[in-house]
Amino acid sequence: MYAVSTGAGAEGTEVEGWEIGQTLGGFARACRAAGLPVTADRERTFLAACAAVGLDSREHVYWAGRGTLTASPADVEPFDRVFTGWFGGRPMHAVSGQEPPRTSTLQAALDEPDPSGGRGEPSDQMVAAVASTEEVLRHRDVATLSPAERAAVRRQFATLRPRPPVRRARRHTPSHRGAVDGRATVRTHLRNLGEPSRIRFRRRATRARRVVLLVDVSGSMSAYADSLLRLAHRMVQAAPRTTEVFTVGTRLTHVTRALRERDADRALLAAGDAVPDWSGGTRLGQSVGAFVGRWGRRGMARGAVIVVFSDGWERERPELLGEQMRRLGALAHRVVWVNPHRGKEGYAPVQAGIVACLPYVDDFVAGHSLATFQEVLDTVAEARERHGILRHA
Amino acid sequence: MPAADVLADPGSLRAGLAGTGYLADDGLSTVAWLAHSLQRPLLLEGEPGTGKTALAEALAELLEVPLVRLQCYEGIEASQALYDWDFPRQILHLRAVETAAAAVPGAFPAVTGQDLEADLFDERFLLARPVLRALREAPCVLLVDEVDRADDEFEAFLLEVLSTWTVTIPELGTVRAQTPPYVVLTSNRTRELHDALKRRCLYHWIQHPGLERELAIVRTRLPQVDEALAGQLVALVQQLRTDEDLVKPPGVAETLDWARALHALGASRLDPETAARTLGAAVKYREDAERVRMALERTLTR
Repeated sequence: MYAVSTGAGAEGTEVEGWEIGQTLGGFARACRAAGLPVTADRERTFLAACAAVGLDSREHVYWAGRGTLTASPADVEPFDRVFTGWFGGRPMHAVSGQEPPRTSTLQAALDEPDPSGGRGEPSDQMVAAVASTEEVLRHRDVATLSPAERAAVRRQFATLRPRPPVRRARRHTPSHRGAVDGRATVRTHLRNLGEPSRIRFRRRATRARRVVLLVDVSGSMSAYADSLLRLAHRMVQAAPRTTEVFTVGTRLTHVTRALRERDADRALLAAGDAVPDWSGGTRLGQSVGAFVGRWGRRGMARGAVIVVFSDGWERERPELLGEQMRRLGALAHRVVWVNPHRGKEGYAPVQAGIVACLPYVDDFVAGHSLATFQEVLDTVAEARERHGILRHA
Repeated sequence: MPAADVLADPGSLRAGLAGTGYLADDGLSTVAWLAHSLQRPLLLEGEPGTGKTALAEALAELLEVPLVRLQCYEGIEASQALYDWDFPRQILHLRAVETAAAAVPGAFPAVTGQDLEADLFDERFLLARPVLRALREAPCVLLVDEVDRADDEFEAFLLEVLSTWTVTIPELGTVRAQTPPYVVLTSNRTRELHDALKRRCLYHWIQHPGLERELAIVRTRLPQVDEALAGQLVALVQQLRTDEDLVKPPGVAETLDWARALHALGASRLDPETAARTLGAAVKYREDAERVRMALERTLTR
């Protein structure tokens, strides 16, 4: 019998001594301050775990803490930091699946308004006069807005209406037509003591399809990153269980948890804290590869609608980006590429990165203004069946 | 060894697991011991092939209790995890009673509707699924495999069972576990699990083992494999995991498969040719196979 009680154990066991309890409790709260998901009951479990495992070994306290206060591999590193800071001594295990950030080369930003762009306004004053109408703002390139206009546009993000795409579920739902539902029919018969009666039908139910957003936050996209993350925030809020957001740049960062915060500004601040490579260089191919390897292939990308927000500026190895997009496309239900420059006049997808990707992209759409963002949302919502390879000139 | 001794402290649990051929490190054995001692479910995450499922099997073997496995998949429902009524058999039973009563009048004096109903929702028409079985058979090890594949609703349902250890069947009553089963949940992180479920569990992230431990694992699991061969192979796999940018780096399970394959061919040391021939045991992608073949050329022909 394995369940013989070993003396210590049950929840609520007090750690002996007020001071020890204070020290451990303080450690748990320090972990919370470092951003770990430490709630009051987790703290209590941690104390109970310490009481059970004993305080005589540093290792034991460490593992008791890691088992009770962390909830994902990303939590391990901050936990280690707090542990070393709180209890002193050498760092325990350098368990980190992430590669260290490499120095990145900054690229030329593209936030200069295109002089040939059709909507470039001649003077600031005129811009201010026009900007009063919301409708005009909807069509303005978010990269060229003044601070006041930007604030107005931010408020308008609330008017975007994301709808999750749907897929057929494994489950069935009762229906008036469709296939005969044998079990339900038998159940009805059973209710009538075995007398045959009405035949029941069923059809496949629908469920929300997973949407994965890969948002490029490198230097060349910095003018759009804020707006794109706001868009991502709206999408996460609309379908919190089936939307996942990553930022790509020199590294891949999972920011879904930050964007679950309801308030958009707070969510963006939290996401900003989580992203180490804000406005850095671009290693798009490697970041997409990291996504496919670490998350996508294990199931997150399977059957999902993948939305990549990027200008496709890959300097180093465009062929790697193409290969990774091929792998991604093979897993995904549909790949949507959103390029803020596509909406501008005179744009042609000629950069090596974009050229390498296009064969594996199903929809190549613009995304530089509120109006185009709504179009992006519609494209995602209507990603019903696969068209195959993009017929793009 | 009696189970009480094995669970005396993390060290003896580790030794006990080693006795079954599962080599746990300090962290895993401590957390596994805590899961027992605090009676919390243990949530294991990690790369595929790092021994998440094997831990549950080893625990069951060590504690000499049955292992009840619930494999999760998309669309799994409570009726597939808890219990279901065997409708066709119920119908058959009804018909049988009806026919018998008609054939021999008076043989069944007073078959009232109520009796019949009580008869129908009897134990023998109940199909116990894994969770109900685990609650009934406890003490046991309940393995909820790949919980990340199931839907959110199912997670909420699991959370409920895992916190109360009871299941209510309206027709029969409440089933309560005498002792809570030892629960191991595994996840491949295809999606983030709900915080409420994570809060209920102890969490551990399993890493690929280091060179020495992996070698020890191969030696324990496959004592028949030549020692030198095992050493060479483990060193090679470790190098593939870190240096080569593989689509799917081989896990410990793949190392074991590869060692088995080499042994079956009667190899006593690793050369590029045999390694390339048996590559399929460890590397499952065409792109990877190319890379590994090149790496083999580099490292083994020196």
